[in-house]
Amino acid sequence: MQTADSARALFPGAADAPVAATPSRSLRSRLARAADLFAWPLRSSHYLELLNPLWSTHTTWARVVEVRDETADARTLVLRPGRGYPAHRAGQYVPITVTLDGRRQGRTYSISSAPGRPPRPGCFAITVKHVPGGRVSAHLVRELRRGDYVALGVPQGEFVLPEVARPRLLLLTAGSGVTPVRAMLQELAVRDALADVVHLHWAPRAADVIFAHELHALAASHPGYRLDVVTTREGGAATVPGRHLSAELLDAYCADWRDRDTYACGPRALLDAAATHWATHGREDRLRIERFQPVLAPVAAGATGGRACFRRSGVVVETGAQQSLLRAAEAAGLAPAHGCRMGICHTCTVTLRSGRVRDLRDGRVTDEPGARVQICVSAVAGACEVEL
Amino acid sequence: MSAAVVLPRASGADMVADTGPLSHLRRDELESFGAELDSIREQVLADRGARDRRYILGLIRTQRALALGSRLAMLAACVFHPWLGLPWASFPAFLAVLGLGTLGLTIAKILENMEIGHNILHAQWDWMGDPEIRSDRWEWDIVCPSSQWRHSHNVVHHTWTNVMGRDRDIGYGMLRVTERQRWSPFYAVQPFSFLLMMSLFEWFIALHDIEVAHVWSGKRSWEEARPLVRDGLRKAGRQVLRDFVLWPLLAGPFFLWVLAANLVANVLRNAWTFIIIFCGHFPAGVHHFAKRSVEGETRAHWYARQMLGSCNIEGGRLFHVMSGNLSHQIEHHLFPDLPSNRYPEIAPRVRAIAARYGIDYNTGSLRRQFGTTVAKILRLSLPGPVRTRR
Repeated sequence: MQTADSARALFPGAADAPVAATPSRSLRSRLARAADLFAWPLRSSHYLELLNPLWSTHTTWARVVEVRDETADARTLVLRPGRGYPAHRAGQYVPITVTLDGRRQGRTYSISSAPGRPPRPGCFAITVKHVPGGRVSAHLVRELRRGDYVALGVPQGEFVLPEVARPRLLLLTAGSGVTPVRAMLQELAVRDALADVVHLHWAPRAADVIFAHELHALAASHPGYRLDVVTTREGGAATVPGRHLSAELLDAYCADWRDRDTYACGPRALLDAAATHWATHGREDRLRIERFQPVLAPVAAGATGGRACFRRSGVVVETGAQQSLLRAAEAAGLAPAHGCRMGICHTCTVTLRSGRVRDLRDGRVTDEPGARVQICVSAVAGACEVEL
Repeated sequence: MSAAVVLPRASGADMVADTGPLSHLRRDELESFGAELDSIREQVLADRGARDRRYILGLIRTQRALALGSRLAMLAACVFHPWLGLPWASFPAFLAVLGLGTLGLTIAKILENMEIGHNILHAQWDWMGDPEIRSDRWEWDIVCPSSQWRHSHNVVHHTWTNVMGRDRDIGYGMLRVTERQRWSPFYAVQPFSFLLMMSLFEWFIALHDIEVAHVWSGKRSWEEARPLVRDGLRKAGRQVLRDFVLWPLLAGPFFLWVLAANLVANVLRNAWTFIIIFCGHFPAGVHHFAKRSVEGETRAHWYARQMLGSCNIEGGRLFHVMSGNLSHQIEHHLFPDLPSNRYPEIAPRVRAIAARYGIDYNTGSLRRQFGTTVAKILRLSLPGPVRTRR
């Protein structure tokens, strides 16, 4: 699944960091280190990259080997990563960096294929839906071609299948939230563990269902897998009432939801509704959620934006109470180091020189000079000056 | 309404200075000069994009391919050496291939140091957000560690350009390049120091950044200098190991030949960078400033000082690339963090603005700029008054 363009986790060791960082004693790595002495101040990898980007170890590149349209605005990209790239677990996501207008942009996308499965040996797939107004998703869906390269981070994430042979599952997905779940379904089918799985998927219209053909075929061939597609808009653009996640709807489609391990992935509204529902019934331990955006605190009535001063760059901007300093800096033409854009990875952390900033996640205000501030989830509160 | 209002020349209080190269300008005129330069800067900042990235990536790839290809050519040359007795052996062919490799490595090193390294270390490419091309991570192929150079160059030299007693790049503590420097017998040997510095330029830069002279005289403590010296030695060690031990070893019995080729490439690179850099601030007609004159300096005034204290070199496209676009020293000093490929594009506009405000824009051929620099250094090795001449 693609993140909304403002979203999620690039951990340290994000797409631009080498994947195989740990020194090893193998003959190959010893040779590489010896060769590095000849390449100083670069590394031998910088020269190998000239011949084939997939041989690089200083940046992990992946070549786009296949491009396939899934729906009108979703596309699957099959990627061949460089040598030594670690295998992922079904449900995990991967940091990806592309270049837009000369600038590197990082996002994370769920891997939509199971490990060791087609598309092709040694490859994996991501499936990206174009978010209206999202430049990175537009680039991936509309512009990237076979033979192009993207930079990768390591696969990561805890949204993975339970360690049991034949899990009883309820899968709740909406829109492109189906992508990690599709990898899980492939994995279960291969393991012959698709024994008792109920999958509820929401989409505006039937034509918008990503992997529709494949999922219906899977349901037809596996009695243990039941797929129900709930369409929320039919005919015109009108939203059909009562089609969103609710106690009644859940009881109608999956009466034994309390006894299942549930995985939910999709827009915030669905995830919030699921979290509330499971918590109300004391079942939150059975629910796993994959979020693509940080959960933000409501903005206090009196909160105002103000003037942010980026000291090192000598840039001063006026920004709103809800705009992150990272976004404000980018809007001003700066390119601060950043990763996840949701406050997880600390790649973007800078020092607060003076003034006040508000954490967008919990509303906490920091005004202590010298404090370390995550600019991707902090907004100015009145005025601030940061080392950027 | 009349089309233009001719203001009477204002009284002295409104003028930028009583004497000197800006004394013909009113303060508000100087400010509007600054505003025009600011607007050029903003236009370029807003326009940076895919084209600029293609340029720097293409250049980096070309440079790496050239560096590796040239080193391999040096090794390949050995198969022509008559000592091996192979059927195609020929000493002229051996020298030709070795020479080609040497020339290629020289060019690769020049590109790496100037158009690539120098400009990356100026943060000209940080806007791309590329972790491989960032001012705080780039290490370049000369003995001086980039972190040390970034301080002495970006902070000290670019802020205090040509301010006496502040800019340590005025003669690099070795040479007398303006009559404002008091003569001492030490300067009598400067024709010789000049040549020495030219061939060993990278080592002088490394020592310059540690402020060796200040450590010697006690102005800078040994405690303060020690980590710099340690980093410098480590970096220098790796440079020497690579060029003068490891690559020559690959040539086996022809070790000394390949070592010599590396030595020549390093010295030629030193000489070329030295020539270009000396044309930046030392040719005839360049201005120097007293510490007092820059007190309370506005941004516009700073621009004017950068313009008066820098000199351009005229030449073709290839020449500009080989000089790291320091042939556009004026544009570089006005806008040190704009991508260097933009300097040739904005130079005509900057020059037109300079002409409109009557501010010197010092430009000339390499021959003129370096010739007057050499003449000045020869003349200033001796004491006595100097008659200024353009």
